[in-house]
Amino acid sequence: MSGVRLLVGTRKGAFVLTSDGKRQKWDVSGPHFAGWEIYHLKGSPVNPNRVYASQTSGWFGQIIQRSDDGGKTWIQPGTPPGEKSAEQQGPPKGESNKFVYDTSAETGKPLTTHQFYDGKQHPWEFKRVWHIEPSLTDPDTVYAGVEDAALFRSTDGGKNWKELAGLRGHGTGPRWQPGAGGMCLHTIILDPKDPKRIYIAISAAGAFRTDDGGKTWRPINKGLYSQYIPEPTAEVGHCVHHVAMNPSRPNVLFMQKHWDVMRSDNAGDSWKEVSGDLPTDFGFVIDVHAHDPETIYVVPIKSDGEHFPPDGKLRVYRSKTGGNEWEALTKGLPQKDCYVNVLRDAMSVDSLDKCGVYFGTTGGQVYGSADAGDSWTPIVEHLPAVLSVEVQTLS
Amino acid sequence: MIRVVLPGHLRALARVGSEVQLQIEGPVTQRSVLDALEAQYPMLRGTIRDHVTQERRPFLRFFACSEDYSLEPPDTPFPEAIASGAEPLLIIGAIAGG
Repeated sequence: MSGVRLLVGTRKGAFVLTSDGKRQKWDVSGPHFAGWEIYHLKGSPVNPNRVYASQTSGWFGQIIQRSDDGGKTWIQPGTPPGEKSAEQQGPPKGESNKFVYDTSAETGKPLTTHQFYDGKQHPWEFKRVWHIEPSLTDPDTVYAGVEDAALFRSTDGGKNWKELAGLRGHGTGPRWQPGAGGMCLHTIILDPKDPKRIYIAISAAGAFRTDDGGKTWRPINKGLYSQYIPEPTAEVGHCVHHVAMNPSRPNVLFMQKHWDVMRSDNAGDSWKEVSGDLPTDFGFVIDVHAHDPETIYVVPIKSDGEHFPPDGKLRVYRSKTGGNEWEALTKGLPQKDCYVNVLRDAMSVDSLDKCGVYFGTTGGQVYGSADAGDSWTPIVEHLPAVLSVEVQTLS
Repeated sequence: MIRVVLPGHLRALARVGSEVQLQIEGPVTQRSVLDALEAQYPMLRGTIRDHVTQERRPFLRFFACSEDYSLEPPDTPFPEAIASGAEPLLIIGAIAGG
C-alpha cells in the first residue's frame, strides 16, 4: 500500500502529516520540538525512516535532530538522551550542532569575510542550518546548507560536520552578501546521474556547481539579470530564491529568482528567462512535476516589498511547456482576502500517479493536490508559519 | 552539589526536570558549572555558550542569589550559597521574540 508522509517545518515546531495513496485523509502528529524554529526536515531516499531536522533558536542556537522511525522519535545524533559523556569512552558527544568554518590551508584558501549590508567586509558567523539534503545513496551521509553561507557534510549520520571549504574558497566569496533573510545557503541539489555533481544556491550570491564532489566550485549565473545590483549581469550577487530539478533530467534546472523565473538546459552554464505571462515573476518557491519534467509550478508573489499574492488571491501557476506559458490553478485555494507568503523551501511533489503537489504558507496552512495541481484542499489550516514542506512517497 | 535551573527548552532537550544537580571539584564559577553541565548533559553543548568561542549566547543570562553574573568574567567565583547548594544558579532566557 503506497502512502505519503509530509515533513513540515514551522516557526514553532515540526509536524508530520501522513496519508495513504489516495491522499484524502491525513493524520497529523506534532508539534515536535515545540517552540523551536524548524527550518527544514528531510528524509533519506535510501531509508525513508531516517529523517533529519534542523532545529534552531535565537536563544539556544542550532540543534540537529535525527529520527530512525519516520519522525516518531528523535535524538541528537551521537548523543542519546540520558547518556552522559563523562561516563563514556570514545569520541566526544554533543558535536552534532558544531558547525565550524574551515579556513585551513589544506582544504582551500582561508576565507574569513564577505560583503555586508554596508558594503564593508564582515566576518563569517554561523547562525543556523537552512536546508538539509540527505545523500541519494547513503543514509549516513547528509549535507547541510547554512547561514552564513557555506556547505557542510556529515558522513556519520549527523554526529559530526565538516565544511566543503572549496565553495567559500573558490574566489568569489568576498563578494557574497546577505539578502533580507540573511546570507543563507538554501538549496542543495544532488545529481542522481553524476554523484560528483552538486548544485547549490545562496541568497544573495547566486547558484554554484561542483563536478568533483565538492572540492572545486564555480558560479553558474550566466544569463541572470538583476537590476537591483550595481552590475546587473555580475558573476555573483544575484538573489536566487530557489532552484528545482526533475531527477530524470538533471541537466535541466528551473530557478525562481528574486524577480524572474529562469531555466537552464545545460546544467546551469547559461539561463534564460521563462516568466512569460505570469502576473508577477517575483516569488520564492519553484518545483517540477515528478513525471513530466516540462511541467513546473510557482506561486507568484506581488513584489519584493509586498510579500503576498496579487489581489489577495492565492494562485499556484503551472506551466506544462517548461515555462513562458502559465495557467492559474485556483480550485480549492482562497481567492479573496489572502495575504500569506509561501517561502522558498515550502513546496514539494510526491511521485505517485497522479503527481501530488504540496505547499505551506506563512499563515499556517498546508495545501495539497492529488491531481497535479488541478484542485487543492487544505490538509491543515492553523499551524505556525510554515518554513518548509518536504514529501516522502512511501511504498 | 551545585543546583542549576535551566530554561524550559533546555530542560526538554536534556530531558530533565526543573533543576539539575552537578558535582564540581574546585572553584564554582561560570566556567566550571558550564563545563560540568555539558559533561553531564552533552546535548546542551553549544546551546548556552558558543561551541567555538565559549562565549555566552546573547539572549541567555546567569543569575545567582538575585544578582546578574552574566557579564562577569567566566572564572569569577559564584557566591557561597551557590557553591554550597543552598541557592540554585538560574540560567534564564531573555524575554524577547514572538
